[in-house]
Amino acid sequence: MKLLSISRKLLRIASSKRRFLNSLFSLGVVLSAILVVAPLFIILVSVAIKGGRALNLDFFLSLPKAVGESGGGIAHAIVGTLFMVGTGLLFSIPIGVASGVFLATTSNKRLSAIVRTSADCLAGVPSIVTGLFVYALLVVPFKRFSGFAGAVALSIIMLPTITRTTEEVVRMVPHDLFESAIALGAKRWQAVFRVVLPTAGRGILAGLIGAASRAMGETAPLMFTAFGSHFLNLNPFEPVSAIPLVIFNYAISPYEDWQQKAWAASLVLTFLVLGGIIVSRRLVYGRFG
Amino acid sequence: MGGLDSDMVLDENGSWSDRIMKASLTGHLEDPAKLLEGFDVKMGIERLTAGYGKRNAITDISLPIIKNRVTAIIGPSGCGKSTFLRCLNRMHEVLPEAFVSGRVTLDDVDIYGEDIDPTDLRRRVGMVFQKPNPFPTMSIRNNCLAGFLLTGKKVRYPEEVVESTLRKVGLWDEVKDMLERPGTYLSGGQQQRLCIARALAVEPEVLLMDEPCSALDPIATARIEELIHELCSSVTIVIVTHNMQQAARVSHFTAFLYMGRLIEYGDTPTIFTRPKESLTEEYITGRFG
Amino acid sequence: MSRRRFSSDHVFFSYLTLSGTSIVAILAGIVVVVGLQSRENINRTGITEFITGTTWDPVAGIFGALPAIYGTILTSLIAIIIAVPLGFGSAIFISEFAPPRIGVVFSVFIDLLASIPSVVYGLFGLFTFAPFMREHVQPLLQGAFGKLPVFQGPPLGVGFLTAGILLSIMILPIITSVSREVLKAVPTPEREAGIALGLTRFELVRGVLFPLSRSGLFGATILALGRALGETMAVTMVIGNRYEVSSSLFAPGHTLSAVIANEFTEAGTPQYLSALAGLALILMGITLLVNVIARILVLRITGATR
Repeated sequence: MKLLSISRKLLRIASSKRRFLNSLFSLGVVLSAILVVAPLFIILVSVAIKGGRALNLDFFLSLPKAVGESGGGIAHAIVGTLFMVGTGLLFSIPIGVASGVFLATTSNKRLSAIVRTSADCLAGVPSIVTGLFVYALLVVPFKRFSGFAGAVALSIIMLPTITRTTEEVVRMVPHDLFESAIALGAKRWQAVFRVVLPTAGRGILAGLIGAASRAMGETAPLMFTAFGSHFLNLNPFEPVSAIPLVIFNYAISPYEDWQQKAWAASLVLTFLVLGGIIVSRRLVYGRFG
Repeated sequence: MGGLDSDMVLDENGSWSDRIMKASLTGHLEDPAKLLEGFDVKMGIERLTAGYGKRNAITDISLPIIKNRVTAIIGPSGCGKSTFLRCLNRMHEVLPEAFVSGRVTLDDVDIYGEDIDPTDLRRRVGMVFQKPNPFPTMSIRNNCLAGFLLTGKKVRYPEEVVESTLRKVGLWDEVKDMLERPGTYLSGGQQQRLCIARALAVEPEVLLMDEPCSALDPIATARIEELIHELCSSVTIVIVTHNMQQAARVSHFTAFLYMGRLIEYGDTPTIFTRPKESLTEEYITGRFG
Repeated sequence: MSRRRFSSDHVFFSYLTLSGTSIVAILAGIVVVVGLQSRENINRTGITEFITGTTWDPVAGIFGALPAIYGTILTSLIAIIIAVPLGFGSAIFISEFAPPRIGVVFSVFIDLLASIPSVVYGLFGLFTFAPFMREHVQPLLQGAFGKLPVFQGPPLGVGFLTAGILLSIMILPIITSVSREVLKAVPTPEREAGIALGLTRFELVRGVLFPLSRSGLFGATILALGRALGETMAVTMVIGNRYEVSSSLFAPGHTLSAVIANEFTEAGTPQYLSALAGLALILMGITLLVNVIARILVLRITGATR
């Protein structure tokens, strides 16, 4: 940019004080950039090293052993996490995607403002409070913790994200595609379902994967809904384990073997979550970043 | 000219020639009966007024659309041409706060009648838009069949429909080996022809074209004008264009709109060589717009 | 041409509208349910007593929320103080200094940082960061500033300062990305005018960019604050779990979410449970308020819906 080169020439004429301040500033900025990114690497490296030690095939496939015995794994937690996130999606997709389409296509300005604000507020509700809500509704009346309650808690947490990303993506579909479908004699729902949604499909999928990845890492809401368990449990109406729960419980335990496993489980969880986020970005941007 | 039933035109009880004389603003049609002699009126517009909220986009327009001929709607930007067109297939009312009053008949039946289904109407009156917009998630083949795929209507011999419509628009030889490619794979002019094929596949009686060539280069434009020529013997065409030369080349009848009102309507040669209104003359000779 | 009275379009769009309103219903439901749950305790303790009391004794039935509120606010403040300059600095780095390629890579890293689960941060905090604080940072600070009341007490590693710093790492991504958006929204003419005047980058930021993005940055800060206030797991694992108000940053403490997380499964009596619900209500109230303010501010600046 020509302006930039002109200003650089002016800079050489500028006072040394100005140059000094500028250099100081630049240093500060670069430093803060480094400080911001450094933790990412420090944490990832710690998790990789400490977690890698306890990682083996057994870790993925077997169930926990009794305290004191070495070996055992977190298969029950992996199954639990996949189950609860998957079931959660079953609830949040019909409501979330539909709400997103609603926000993008409705002409009812008042209602859409209310819905949009509610979605934003729901996103800001701390996940532990959501857990409490589901506890009151689904655990207390039945007097038992359940994987099902955990799934519901996760679905509420995923809902705002899915709604907003769907709305953004659907808005980006050119309006005349919708109009062309109508002009061919399609009803409005046919135009939305068979033209608008497929065109937005990639983006919606990316939003789903992103939301699910984040839900996989949630701990607090599961603490009083699914509660956790040492056993592999295929009954959704009983307590179910999840990877983040295992990490937390093992981490605060006094047993070194368990603490080791907490690191290993963190490695697995981080891998899953980051992997999901990267896949989701790829879908949107076509390549990494 | 002709060979068609001229009773309709010359009928005494509210014949079209009479209606035009009474309702149209020009009243300058010297001999409407003679003008319309031997022609069939496919669509009749009587005192059409439409707009958004409190604003009128078009006011009190009356004119006939002659069967199997090309009618051009010309006028400066913002004069209401597109709104007018969209009233003919009831697309205008899809917009928020839109209103329509007046009568629009198709084969003498008011399309705004109580028991008329707009989606059915749009199969009989098709539309092609300014910007070519094949559905991106559909192949070329499926784009042709979109009128059926989107509405769930069955098509007996899909491959034949695809071939015949693509032949009609002159695309068959160019794309017959790549029917499975996405519709967006083609060049702009090809895409527009695909959109026309798509509209023709459902066998409409009237084809509305909203500035179909304005996004295309001259060669593609010429091909589409050629296509219009070939099509009009089987389909009634109404074309909105801001390009006067195009209107002169392509149409049999022309309506000049200005600020939402019909200034003059007549057969194209007359309008372009001996217009009755001074406003028309000024527009044609390029003094404004 | 025919028409059916009760069209499929009606059904479909009613479904869409219903989905939208169910979100409103869920939000309302959460507020109502948590509110109702906390009523029992409020009835017994009274609102002022609950908010200002400093004792938390489940056995005796005494529940005072103040230390938890204090901890929540203190750790979040520490986080904001650290994260805002760093976050804004990184945003400037991306927008003014870095070539586009690096800027993109950087943004990806920021996104990844934001995606690390809270419990993993907590684990890292508990086993790596807290010991690091205990053995290196805290003694250093005490050596240099030991006279100040904020640096009193034995260096335990866990405590307000550690939790605050950990929290700051977690909210850096929000501040960076929202600041980035705000900087992008600075109109080009103003920016170019500054460059044309021969301003150094520093002067450009200080004189042109910063003043124009001030309210957007404030919004970003508030947004990040909202996030920090609600953060649970990482803070729970490094806060030290001591139910006490203390002026020292090295002291262990508690936060609203940490109390709920730690004690929920042990809550035997209905009043105990209700007290925890009361904490949740306070927490939700604070975060909702902060979030609403933030969104209004950011919305006005970037004009986008975020």
